[in-house]
Amino acid sequence: MNKKLMLGNEAVARGLYEAGCRVVSSYPGTPSTEMTEFAALYKEMSCEWAPNEKVAMETAAGASIAGARSFCAMKHVGLNVAADPLFTVSYTGVNAGMVIAVADDPGMHSSQNEQDSRHYAKASKIMMLEPSDSEECLRFTKLAYELSEQFDTPVIVRVTTRVAHSRSSVPMTERIEAPLRPYEKNPGKYVMMPGMAKVRHVVVEERIQKQIAWAETAPINTVEYNSTKIGVITSGISYQYAREALGTNASYLKLGCVYPLPVEVIQDFAAKCEKVYVLEELDPFIEEHCRQHGIAVIGKEAFTLQGEYSQSLIAKVILGTAATSLETDLQIPARPPVLCAGCPHRGLYYALSKLKVMVSGDIGCYTLGALPPLAMMDTCICMGASISALHGRNKANPENASRSVAVIGDSTFIHSGVTSLINVAYNQTNSTVIVLDNSITGMTGHQQNPTTGKTITGDPTTAVSLEKLCEAIGIRRVRVVDPYQLAETERVIREELAAEEPSVIISRRPCALLKYVKHNPPLTVNQEKCVGCKMCMKIGCPAISMKDGKSQIDFTQCVGCGVCQQLCKPNAIEEGK
Amino acid sequence: MSVKSIMIVGVGGQGTLLASRLLGSALLSQGYDVKVSEVHGMSQRGGSVVTYVKYGDKVFSPIIEKGEADLILSFEQLEAARWLPYLKKEGHIIVNTQQIDPMPVITGAAVYPEGVLEAIEQAGAAVVPVDALGLAVEAGSPKAVNVVLIGVMAQKMELSKETWLKAVEENVPPKFLELNKKAFHLGYSHC
Repeated sequence: MNKKLMLGNEAVARGLYEAGCRVVSSYPGTPSTEMTEFAALYKEMSCEWAPNEKVAMETAAGASIAGARSFCAMKHVGLNVAADPLFTVSYTGVNAGMVIAVADDPGMHSSQNEQDSRHYAKASKIMMLEPSDSEECLRFTKLAYELSEQFDTPVIVRVTTRVAHSRSSVPMTERIEAPLRPYEKNPGKYVMMPGMAKVRHVVVEERIQKQIAWAETAPINTVEYNSTKIGVITSGISYQYAREALGTNASYLKLGCVYPLPVEVIQDFAAKCEKVYVLEELDPFIEEHCRQHGIAVIGKEAFTLQGEYSQSLIAKVILGTAATSLETDLQIPARPPVLCAGCPHRGLYYALSKLKVMVSGDIGCYTLGALPPLAMMDTCICMGASISALHGRNKANPENASRSVAVIGDSTFIHSGVTSLINVAYNQTNSTVIVLDNSITGMTGHQQNPTTGKTITGDPTTAVSLEKLCEAIGIRRVRVVDPYQLAETERVIREELAAEEPSVIISRRPCALLKYVKHNPPLTVNQEKCVGCKMCMKIGCPAISMKDGKSQIDFTQCVGCGVCQQLCKPNAIEEGK
Repeated sequence: MSVKSIMIVGVGGQGTLLASRLLGSALLSQGYDVKVSEVHGMSQRGGSVVTYVKYGDKVFSPIIEKGEADLILSFEQLEAARWLPYLKKEGHIIVNTQQIDPMPVITGAAVYPEGVLEAIEQAGAAVVPVDALGLAVEAGSPKAVNVVLIGVMAQKMELSKETWLKAVEENVPPKFLELNKKAFHLGYSHC
């Protein structure tokens, strides 16, 4: 059999392909993004980046009702955005199979919270599978389509960062086409208004009972008996940690289906083991199920609600063993992520720092502007909140309007900033909104979006005009600046802060990492002219550092953007060759 | 065979992901069970990044923890010191001697420590220093640091040179193949 080392996310994409999935619609979000990127490499599936997760899930639902196997992927916080359709597609069920992938991020490698999406499965009464490696990502994704059609329900596949972003060996098979199922008009099933939904709710509750019966004998809920002194009930990546830490010193009940959970299987397993642990990251989801059914387990009281589990944590708690490690007595400075050399956001933030404004921030690369030395962000809540929170701030005290701005990226603006801007225009605050248009969705690794004029496959398509969109919303003052031009950028922001009406500034310059962006030769510091004033250090460029009291520029990083040159009074920063 | 653990550490943007991908495919081609754990997203932007590569008869956990790594390949000196506690006693640590100031050093909130390599050696690790940036420039591009370091690591491992070169071919674009082959050889013959 053909085997390949695949990311968990890549294996999910392969699973879609092999299962005959036809329609894929997602919004990027670490750690889920590669599922859709890899899916787009298969010509047999129609794949797209949607403006947000809600649109993506509704697209997948529509495709399923139309008879095509469909898919949407998102990160955990994206599922919040898509929660509205989620709870109701549970009632409508499917025509062809519909699979929803959600990627949780315990430890918050790249997220603003570490919510546990398993609660969504329970709350929306939708079955949830959880793979623990890439091979299972493929196999469980295919199984999810079968279960979706068998039980007439969407099925969620949940991964966590370590599964999504780990590579392991995956056996591949051929695609089996799933022809379009005929669509039949059925308002009782697909039109969810009270009269119909009441009937469907009964169906949903019956469905869950059938799924519990299935879970009692499901082949993806596996038992491995070794020593029965220790029993471990677990799922997903925690199984891998436990198996490595405890080996054959423990027995394992690995739950491939985390909602709904079986009862008898767990009772039987627990009865055979002397001491039973539940090993699961984040919330006590399986643990509470056990307790509800009177099964004595050790869970969060011995472990943690925060961050990731690991083999050493499990070994320490259960076996009391700890590894020794090599140490130096060096003071090692932290290395936080930074805006890249040449990042267009840097000039914009520098201009804001000179104006000493309050900044209502948003989610993206530009959130890094919150860190020193720029440190130009006051709040960051969720996608789109920059504009709505600024509006609220200015409603709370209209005097704030002349000394505060919102910053939001192009993709985030389309995702959920547009409705917030409509609120600014409709309910009139003199808010100043800055759209950081770097022509790409940056933080998640360069995905196209509705403003870039390209689809997920790079094909040309229509592009949203941010200027015209803002005008149509009712914003009369729309300005465009180049954030590499510091004085001009500062002047325009100053004017818009003073304006007695809502305004939008589009700070436009493509991401310096985009392949088509041409770089200038690296700049150099004339060591004779440099007076060591450190003005160039104020912008927090990773290519600039001080050595022996003088500034120096790292040629491997500098892209010659020239922002630092504008700050250098003695003109010591010179063009490279 | 029992599981071997290799860590690849560096600064976001240095090409650690390509290095781990290359190592992973070289190991898979030799029939090992392999797991590679990567970092994507926010920390890639100039932050401290780490990739874990584990191989053997059967690998469970994809991550490596303190005291577990047989070998660390570090793309930068400070990162070598940061991740040293993950190395086993008597483990090897290959260190690119390049220094990249982290933002707290740039802003003056912290200092880049002196004598990093000596301190690592004193702690009990076998250090292999290499000017990978110099060799990469010699190969034709400073971006080839990752493949130079793969070359150095290849010396310390049991796989054949052909296996490595095949992995290079499979993982770099044809346009840059000659450059990367040269980078690999410079690393491989480094001593």
